[in-house]
Amino acid sequence: MLSGQGNYSWPVTLFGLLITALILFPVGSLLFSWRDVQVEIWQHMLSTQLPELIGNTLILVAGVAVGVTVLGTSLAALISLCDFPGRRWLEWALMLPFAVPAYVLAFVYLGLFDFSSPLQGWMRNNIEGFTWLDIRTPFGVIAILVLVFYPYVYMLARGAFQGQSRSLFEASRLLGMSPWRTFFRVTLPVARPAIAGGVILAVMETLADFGTVSVFNYNTFTTAIYKAWFGFFNLQAAAQLATLLLAFIVLILMFEKSFKGQVGLSQSERQRLNKRHRLSGSKAWLATGFSCLIFALAFVLPVIQLLYWVITDALQDFDTRYWQLLFHTLALSSSAALITVAVACMIILGKRFQPGWFTSFVEKAGNIGYALPGSLLAVSVMMLFGFLDNELIIPVKEWLGLPAEQLLLGSLFALLLAYMIRFLAVALKPVSAAFERVRPAMHEAARILGHKPASVARRVYLPLVMPGLLTAMLLVFVDVLKEMPATLLMRPFGWDTFAVRIHEMTAEGEWERAALPAISLIVAGLIPVILLIRRSRIET
Amino acid sequence: MKAKLALWTTGMLAAAVAAFSVNVSAHSEHEGKAVKSGEQDELVIYTSRKEHLVKPLFEQYTAKTGTQIRYITDKAGPLIARLETEGQNTPADMLITVDAGNLWQASSKNLLQPVESTVLENNIPAHLRSEQKDWYGLSVRARTLVYASDRLKESDLVGYEDLADSRWKGRLCLRTSKKVYNQSLVATMIERLGEEKTEQVVQGWVNNLAAPVFSNDTKAMQAVAAGVCDVTVVNTYYFGRLQKKNPDTNLKVFWANQSAEGENSSGVHVNISGAGVTRHAGNPAGAQAFLEWMSTEEAQRIIADMNMEYPAKADSQPSDVVGSWGEFRADDLNVAAAGAKQARAIQLMDKVSYK
Repeated sequence: MLSGQGNYSWPVTLFGLLITALILFPVGSLLFSWRDVQVEIWQHMLSTQLPELIGNTLILVAGVAVGVTVLGTSLAALISLCDFPGRRWLEWALMLPFAVPAYVLAFVYLGLFDFSSPLQGWMRNNIEGFTWLDIRTPFGVIAILVLVFYPYVYMLARGAFQGQSRSLFEASRLLGMSPWRTFFRVTLPVARPAIAGGVILAVMETLADFGTVSVFNYNTFTTAIYKAWFGFFNLQAAAQLATLLLAFIVLILMFEKSFKGQVGLSQSERQRLNKRHRLSGSKAWLATGFSCLIFALAFVLPVIQLLYWVITDALQDFDTRYWQLLFHTLALSSSAALITVAVACMIILGKRFQPGWFTSFVEKAGNIGYALPGSLLAVSVMMLFGFLDNELIIPVKEWLGLPAEQLLLGSLFALLLAYMIRFLAVALKPVSAAFERVRPAMHEAARILGHKPASVARRVYLPLVMPGLLTAMLLVFVDVLKEMPATLLMRPFGWDTFAVRIHEMTAEGEWERAALPAISLIVAGLIPVILLIRRSRIET
Repeated sequence: MKAKLALWTTGMLAAAVAAFSVNVSAHSEHEGKAVKSGEQDELVIYTSRKEHLVKPLFEQYTAKTGTQIRYITDKAGPLIARLETEGQNTPADMLITVDAGNLWQASSKNLLQPVESTVLENNIPAHLRSEQKDWYGLSVRARTLVYASDRLKESDLVGYEDLADSRWKGRLCLRTSKKVYNQSLVATMIERLGEEKTEQVVQGWVNNLAAPVFSNDTKAMQAVAAGVCDVTVVNTYYFGRLQKKNPDTNLKVFWANQSAEGENSSGVHVNISGAGVTRHAGNPAGAQAFLEWMSTEEAQRIIADMNMEYPAKADSQPSDVVGSWGEFRADDLNVAAAGAKQARAIQLMDKVSYK
């Protein structure tokens, strides 16, 4: 049963150690890079760019954090607490931008609004004195990232608002608080952990982002890491720079609790806040207009531009190989989703049944992979598997008289493990929330009523946690769809995906031809996003 | 309802996994046969060239010789890291990439092996291959000036160094210094002019910028077309692409540094796409045969024309479109210099805040 602190059974210990080793290896290899300090590069960085890079990165992170908090929370509050024209379809439409990769939105927006865009051409011809306007500003980058990352906050906050107990709201109103005060004093604080969870995911994505910032040529810490690698060909210096990024993330994770606040209400079932406040007149139209505007900017506009490019530039790429790409993309994403969520479940269950420092540490460690720049994580995972192949598997195979071929590197298995390491954080949050719904009392009641553990799992756990597990799977699915660097580096021969095609086209600046794989990626991502919405609607 | 949805989704996922594991087992049978080292009719290639540029080349070779080619594409950095990690167990027989700097890196990490071949020596000029014979240029990419012909005359322009002159203040657009093409350009300048002089030139460029630097050559040219600035420095195939899309563009190519003597006589800065046989290739003979074939007229046509580049083979002519931009004298400095001086070039550009 629920055993005491610090006494771990061997399966928990073994599994925990294995997963932690797998996840911490990339981090370890980064730390290990310090054994040989790249003095020259550090001196150069310090004397030239480092202060600017850190400043740029902080501005970006702060801007995105504020942006997604305001946008995600306000949209979620409007959708879950109020009623206005179009609310029903906007509720799911506002999730759709989640399927748009950040780098795709970035190049679409440059195409729509930069010097050479039809818009600025028209303005030059028709507006007296207008020459040109540069949209490649810090504000531009922040706006793009906010538009793609706000769905994290929106989704989690919406769940938290809708899951709130009705009695809490009524108590506050009875005590004489106005609806606004109730929102700020009661509803919002109760939703704070969910909002903080979403903001942390968005911040980690921002720190790891390379595609958007390089399209806008906005230099951040991540661009410096890539410069050290691809420019100076100094992977060690790149790794050392990345440890600074890592320190920042560890800091965020350490303070995660205080971001989330001390609210620990266990919500009683079946008394949900289901009556929405009906907005009327101009207020209602303002709400509709605001939601529609965000939806248009983050989804409709880019999709129209991509479709236009597909027709003008990319129809020739629509051949038989297209279906193969689709199959590869879906197969990789769905298997990675299953594996990642399975591992997340084991971590959370380990923590639940044998709480203590070790199991909490394993859970924290699971978050690391998400915040490292994708390519760097991919390369250190690749090195791990290369090392295992060379030092372990090939000697054993030779001893057995088998041909000396790699088993891990270039295999599907290794690629799926790399995805798992990268996206475990995305799965851990919803999985952990799902298991929190099963209160220990339920478990114990079932046992007292004579149910065997297997029966408890089937009849108590499964029905309660399944929705949360599905959410986790769908989130990982969409993230793997969009993943580029690990797929590029570790895919088996011939396993090209839509993201790989986007890389091929954009690497040489052929943005328009990237439109076909980009729109395909968005459509493939829409299916799980719609499922996600339907699921959470059924749940509440 | 909830349970039904859950079941349905899980079923769908499971079906996908089952379907693709069948596919994988079929694939790995093939793989077992394929990677058997030394097998003569199979080549494994790591390439940073885009798939749509190399696939026709591979298909042509397979049709001609029956040799099957398997490949993965990625950026040069990760591919070099992968070759390094895999060491002697690498399945790769050949690395194909762009920019001499990348090939120089692979060579200096001892990932490539020398290839003795009179065919290659006859076909590829000495300044487009490594002295250690471990990589060979396959196509030439010229990086030169593109200008707005409605605002500038050809006679206004001289070359790269001249763009640092104060008369270009607020009239120059450049791509980011993070791109290896600019790093190579500055690296060869360091080789030619020394660091002090080069730094003055690059500082001059930065002072003359009309707008923050661009993330790619196409955007820089579009800025010239839109009137943000008058002149920029790009690889000509990007110009070719833009011209193909928009035939009546106001942009024109200017061949830089063509003076008969003195400062501006170095010729147009060129770089290469190229290839080398990996140090631990399972099929080095097959890789050499393919490399030699790529230097022949037949393959050079595909390699150069697919991306509007120049053939590396000494007596081979560019396509009609590429030829229409005019003839030029190229810098005959060995392109390997770009690799050796790349780190210095980046430091120099960082120092003067060329972003």
